[in-house]
Amino acid sequence: MKELKILAVVVFFALVTYWLVEPYAHGIMHKKVDTKSFAYSDLDETTKGVMSKTGDASRGADLIVNGGCTGCHSVNVASIPAAMDAVSAAGAFGVNPPDLSNTGVIYDAKFLAELIKNPAHALNVEHKFAPESGKMHPMVPFYGAGGDIDQEIADMIAYLKSISVKVEDVTPAMAYEDACARCHTVDFVNYTYTGKIPAFKSKKDELAFEINVLEYEDSLKAYMGKLPPDLSMYYLSRSPHYIRTFMEDPQSYLEGTSMPRVGVTADSAEKIVEFMADSADSKRHQRDEIGTYVIYFSIIFAILAILWKKEVWRDLK
Amino acid sequence: MAQFTKATSVKDWLNQRLAIEKVEKVMGSEYWIPKNINFLWAMGMILAFLFLLLTVSGIFLLMYYQPHVDTAFYSVNYTIMSEVDFGWLWRHIHAVASSVTFLIIYIHMFTAIYYGSYKKGREMIWITGMLLFVTFSAGAFSGYMLPWGQMSYWAGMVITNIFSLGDLQFNGLVEWIRGDYAPGQAFLNRFFMLHVFLLPLAIMGLIGLHFAALRIPHVNNQDGEEIDFEAESKKYLAGDKKGSKVMRFANDFLSKDVMVLGIFLVFFFYLVFFHYTFALDPVNLDPADGLVTPKYIYPEWYFLWSYEILRPFSVNIGLIAFGFSQVIFFLLPWLDRSPNTVAASRRGLFKYWFWLMLINMIVLTAMGKLPPKDPFSTIGLISAVLFIVMWLALPFITKNEKKA
Amino acid sequence: MKESSRRGFMGKVLGAVAGLGAIGSLVAMKKSWDPLPSVKAAGFITLDMSVYVDNELVTKEWRKKPIFIMKKSAEALKKQTQEQSARDVVVDGNSYMVAIGLCTHLGCIPAYKKAEEEFLCACHGATFDSSGQVTKLPAPRGLDIPPFKIDGSNLILGEVGPEWQKMKDNGITL
Repeated sequence: MKELKILAVVVFFALVTYWLVEPYAHGIMHKKVDTKSFAYSDLDETTKGVMSKTGDASRGADLIVNGGCTGCHSVNVASIPAAMDAVSAAGAFGVNPPDLSNTGVIYDAKFLAELIKNPAHALNVEHKFAPESGKMHPMVPFYGAGGDIDQEIADMIAYLKSISVKVEDVTPAMAYEDACARCHTVDFVNYTYTGKIPAFKSKKDELAFEINVLEYEDSLKAYMGKLPPDLSMYYLSRSPHYIRTFMEDPQSYLEGTSMPRVGVTADSAEKIVEFMADSADSKRHQRDEIGTYVIYFSIIFAILAILWKKEVWRDLK
Repeated sequence: MAQFTKATSVKDWLNQRLAIEKVEKVMGSEYWIPKNINFLWAMGMILAFLFLLLTVSGIFLLMYYQPHVDTAFYSVNYTIMSEVDFGWLWRHIHAVASSVTFLIIYIHMFTAIYYGSYKKGREMIWITGMLLFVTFSAGAFSGYMLPWGQMSYWAGMVITNIFSLGDLQFNGLVEWIRGDYAPGQAFLNRFFMLHVFLLPLAIMGLIGLHFAALRIPHVNNQDGEEIDFEAESKKYLAGDKKGSKVMRFANDFLSKDVMVLGIFLVFFFYLVFFHYTFALDPVNLDPADGLVTPKYIYPEWYFLWSYEILRPFSVNIGLIAFGFSQVIFFLLPWLDRSPNTVAASRRGLFKYWFWLMLINMIVLTAMGKLPPKDPFSTIGLISAVLFIVMWLALPFITKNEKKA
Repeated sequence: MKESSRRGFMGKVLGAVAGLGAIGSLVAMKKSWDPLPSVKAAGFITLDMSVYVDNELVTKEWRKKPIFIMKKSAEALKKQTQEQSARDVVVDGNSYMVAIGLCTHLGCIPAYKKAEEEFLCACHGATFDSSGQVTKLPAPRGLDIPPFKIDGSNLILGEVGPEWQKMKDNGITL
């Protein structure tokens, strides 16, 4: 039993070292940010009026079309096309405004209510558009169409919800494309600012596409201050928890960053994380499955090795 | 010329030409090992097995890795991890095995220090072992450059800068090592060469030498007892297996090696499949960027103690301290002036020296990773000074040790 | 004696289990050698057959090999033998010669001699007629026809369609 004691000493020192250099050191180095469960409770006060109303989708449809939204946003499911292509839109606004087809399901309703009324506040980027800077958030706030503005916003949200797909039909790629793709590329799965990169028939088409991407990048860089990073490896180089809490409030990690709050629902956030996992760690399911078999095999091997040793040593001791 | 007769079997045919029976005896069945040893004596076999795993997994990584600054990161993190079937397996095995190799090397080293296995004719075992430690360190460092992530780049920058030797300002030497003013294509290519060719070759040669150095002095044992291997092996061969103090390497001790290896592999594969992140630092999963230094920069855990000996001092003193820490272990057989080859527990002051050295090196390791601010930098400074003082004191505390 | 055979037994069981593990890892090793998915995906190309001109040889690349394509004119079709016609790929009513442009002897690329209406392999002198049938040794058989599938006026190389399957079954191509 002396050997077990020696083993205990070895394991003890190894574990202490591990604990010090991994969990302890990383706990000291990295800020701990707790998730707020995508509740957006800081918006409770300002959106109380909207949230208490029941929206009417048909009136909302009128407001969206006549209230100016479609001047910048397309609504593909309602056959309302974009006013300009993605590159020109980025040139005009800094970033391509999103299509509204699935806005109602991907984003949180409270967040949308605030976004329509006061975009810079909803997006947590007021520091960037302070009045004295003379800069305006490219999305124009909705000042009301003459009636009760809270009721009107509730109608618009009801409309957006009515046209979007069901929550169970939102794929990881849809959630990612809507919420992140207009500012971030994901090289590993061939995603750029306009979605998945298509197959090209000729080198000329490919180069033309790349020039478009570079032009889009220039506008984006000017608007954001620097080029937002490629997200191919973020699932591993950061962590799922980091991605979630970062989406909830980028300011909690990078104070003063121009990245807006993403405003997605908890469900969409999970899908975005899954999309990023498929890019960075696409073989994770295979690894888990094979890992289990290998561990079982190793245990059987170890047991047999112990038995063999016992038999060989029977004569020796 | 030797006499060759018509072979009666394949074995006989080989035996006439290669003396395989004799080789088997010398290497296995009549290579005598003391019985009085514990599982710590199986660490060498585990290291040999880990080196095999590193070689095999390395071969498969080499088939797809591209040593180019523009494609290295992509070839590792996308091609190998996502495209190549089982590519992730080789990478995880390679990363985890390199980290675990150092864990086992440290256990192996401290076992030798504890039992005095570097004395009385065993000096060459210790020196070749230390050379292996240095070549493995160089292998680990050069391998760490290859994915060309942020940590690769900045570790390459910082470590090669050490060769400017502080105020001596040997910048020409730094640029010679890099082949450029900053780590770039030439740098990546030469570290690739070192990692896949020169260092493995050196390691293989040194492993041979390390094993050869064991033959004459034989393996030490738990009590440092001097065994008459000649007489004890005769006893064994005469049938008194129980009474003999020695056993065959194969299959007697081999069965224990395999048993320890089997138990170790459960732990190892758990790390490979379910707990590999400690060996794949997240910071290195960002592509190299020569214009942005990561917020925290630290080497892999096995270099932390020597890194911490460099860090708390001003540049010149730090380099001297670092140089001291790199060579001092080589001198252990001569710094320990006691003739006693026994376990540290029976060696008076050395007993305290051993445990304090172990704990101090763990403290240095932890402080090397933590950000350089108080209280960590103060603790690090004290530990580094203590490390140097303890080595300088070693000859004095062992000189007057009583015969155990 | 009995005891020693039992001792051997445990060692054998352990050896057998270790062998299983080694075979398992060989499976992973074999798979790591396989062509990458991106390589395999690039093994399918679609050709628009309506753009080709009568009697003009066009060379396309498919799986890093040259593919000869020649649209046959009405006169050429009239002259053709039964065997030659059997090798035609018919897309949208037009007949084409479609073949892998590698000599079936040792893999050189034969050159097309327009005047003689034949392919000559410079390496060892084999010739093929304009349908790809071998006319002079040492080539063992006519030019191979790549697996294809007809899709309207398009030809998809790499996919196996019923027309190609029929040619293969009739021994026209390998």
